[in-house]
Amino acid sequence: MDEVKLLGMWLSPYSYRVIWALKQKGIAYEYREEDLSNQSPLLLQSNPVHKKIPVLIHGGKPICESSVILEYMEEIWPQNSLLSSDPYERAIARFWIKFADDKICGTKGEEQNKAIEESLEMLKTIEEDALGDKKFFGGDNISMVDIAFGGLAYWPGIVEKVVGTNLLEPHRFGRPQAWTKRFMEVPEIKENLPDLRRIVKKEN
Amino acid sequence: MADVKLHGFWASPFSYRVIWALKIKGVDYEYIEEDLSNKSELLLKYNPVYKKIPVLVHGGKPIAESLVILEYIEETWPGNPLLPSDPYEKAMARFWIQFAVAKASVYRAFFVSTGGEDQEKARKDWLEVLKILEDQALGDKKFFGGDTINLVDISYGVLAYWFKNTEEVIGIKVLEPTTLPRLSQWVQNFMQVPVIKENIPDSHKMLAYLRIVREKIIVAEQHNK
Repeated sequence: MDEVKLLGMWLSPYSYRVIWALKQKGIAYEYREEDLSNQSPLLLQSNPVHKKIPVLIHGGKPICESSVILEYMEEIWPQNSLLSSDPYERAIARFWIKFADDKICGTKGEEQNKAIEESLEMLKTIEEDALGDKKFFGGDNISMVDIAFGGLAYWPGIVEKVVGTNLLEPHRFGRPQAWTKRFMEVPEIKENLPDLRRIVKKEN
Repeated sequence: MADVKLHGFWASPFSYRVIWALKIKGVDYEYIEEDLSNKSELLLKYNPVYKKIPVLVHGGKPIAESLVILEYIEETWPGNPLLPSDPYEKAMARFWIQFAVAKASVYRAFFVSTGGEDQEKARKDWLEVLKILEDQALGDKKFFGGDTINLVDISYGVLAYWFKNTEEVIGIKVLEPTTLPRLSQWVQNFMQVPVIKENIPDSHKMLAYLRIVREKIIVAEQHNK
């Protein structure tokens, strides 16, 4: 089988999307950690347009943008499918993945409060419209939508560590909170989460 | 066969993406014009999250977001394919479609720029985006899709028609044969494709509309400063 490489960053939710999908599908790959302030020649050559991670390199050919990578993986390695085969269900999933992309963004400093507020709004929408009473967004098993929202699962832990606020108050967002727990219990996810001990609490 | 409806807006490039795809695939549909200042109950029911057009409704089931709709159309009506069959080529097509999404803010900055240094910077930034598109996405091909148009061309339809009108409203040309020869040629070729030629908004109406929209945004942004 052609060699698979992933250029990623240990804190990036987009990087984790690809890792989780690779693990779900049982694909062996070589991981390379990128320093985004000092990108490797391989990254610059593989993603000259955006110079960003994640980049999946399959048999020497680079694919960029996490949503594009996941769609590619779903076609090439159809086992443990992450998207329904029904075109309408796929459209709904893709809608929520775009929603996740629109709303989830990295936060820095002053933007953090705004991002937290937006995350809370998003959680409300997800709870009502996307998740409902299902175990996962994908039903009984995780799907590309769960993976797209996966950053939400560990991000509150980071926010809490750095800022001290509890983002997901259980009584406010019962179902997303429950989804977060279930998601992080899935073995391929549990074993592939950022080590929060590596995060140093910022001094104010 | 289940019925197909499209909720759209006459001036929206996103609306036209869906129209072009449906026409190329020969899909019969009912078009419903939405008044964006007074959205229909149906639209709000079909797209509660964003409350925007276009929305495609197939057999009563709604799909929102133009790029999601395009993928749905491609999968549901596979005749006259609009994406490569090779998974890697398909990934490259999707990458370039997403490039448009990533650079939308650069387009917007140019659209609302009003003069002086800000406008010059916005123009340069936008020109850079177009150069990348011309060099790396289009290359020496007639269309992004090769000999015939595909979803990438359809996604960039905004350049061929809406942007040309925008240049006229702002009074600055960016997409010219001298600076972007291949992309300029693509614009010519794209506008000649029968499905496109027969399905574009009226130019006079569009110019007037763009002027109003631009004014509104500029005034709003000045109030926010």
